[in-house]
Amino acid sequence: MIILIYALVVLALLAGLSVLFLDVFSAIIATGFVSLMVSILFLILKAPDVAIAEVSIGAALTIGILLIAKARADKYLKK
Amino acid sequence: MKKFIGLILVIILGFFLYKGAVTLSQQTRNPGLNNYYNQNAVSDTGVANIVTSIVLTYRGFDTLGEVTVLFLAALGVGVLAFFKKNKKIKESSFIIKTGYKILFPAILLYGIYIFVHGHLTPGGGFQGGAIIASAFLLQLIIGEYKMSSAWAALFEGFSGLVFILLGGAGLLWLGTFLGNKGLLPLGTVKMLFSAGIIPIIYVFIGIKVGFEMTGILNNLNKE
Repeated sequence: MIILIYALVVLALLAGLSVLFLDVFSAIIATGFVSLMVSILFLILKAPDVAIAEVSIGAALTIGILLIAKARADKYLKK
Repeated sequence: MKKFIGLILVIILGFFLYKGAVTLSQQTRNPGLNNYYNQNAVSDTGVANIVTSIVLTYRGFDTLGEVTVLFLAALGVGVLAFFKKNKKIKESSFIIKTGYKILFPAILLYGIYIFVHGHLTPGGGFQGGAIIASAFLLQLIIGEYKMSSAWAALFEGFSGLVFILLGGAGLLWLGTFLGNKGLLPLGTVKMLFSAGIIPIIYVFIGIKVGFEMTGILNNLNKE
């Protein structure tokens, strides 16, 4: 029970940080951390299949797509 | 001022979501289906992981819908990409180039382990496929493109075709899509070669999803 409350507080903090960062790169990394904390919450609530799916898709592939998009957008804006 | 109103609206929405989730998790009005799955899933299909037996045997047709939606998404991204060469993002450092040589086979082996043991441990085809795709994402970050798009699309299409043929064989033999009883022996629970045709289906789903996500990342990098 205490672990659940602790994980929820960290999740709320990280979600707030990911909105308030001014640099786009830091906001993307904070989004990855939010996905990781949601996966830990799934594990606390006893759903390991959903936790593995969330950490492999949300924290690896989505962050990869966002970083590729940011690199292309930077190159386009600089031109 | 607008941000303050937005914060209050988000808190109200969060309160209603919490109340809905608590009500859903405590309802005991009609527990017939839950009790059937709890008591009969292991003896019906021979699978130690009940989530796998629900995804592939009891609700096999929904898995066909999910595979179709993934294929459509990959196809949509593939249509948008033009046939240019892959561009490098930035020259990468020595540490990640050396670490890649050790990490790439380890991540690939871990992904293959997760979908081969999908009927024994938590995981399954979709999760293992996403982990394989993240190994190829590491390749993309460095700039060595060893997996060309044509080969990835070929593997993906072939695995999808085998999955549909296996489901159709279940349909012809038993009357249900991805039916499990007659095709291969069930074996004893918790052994690697058990549970009929389910491990073979998960192997092909894992290969399909892995190469699909790799194709999506390659196509996004090309533009």
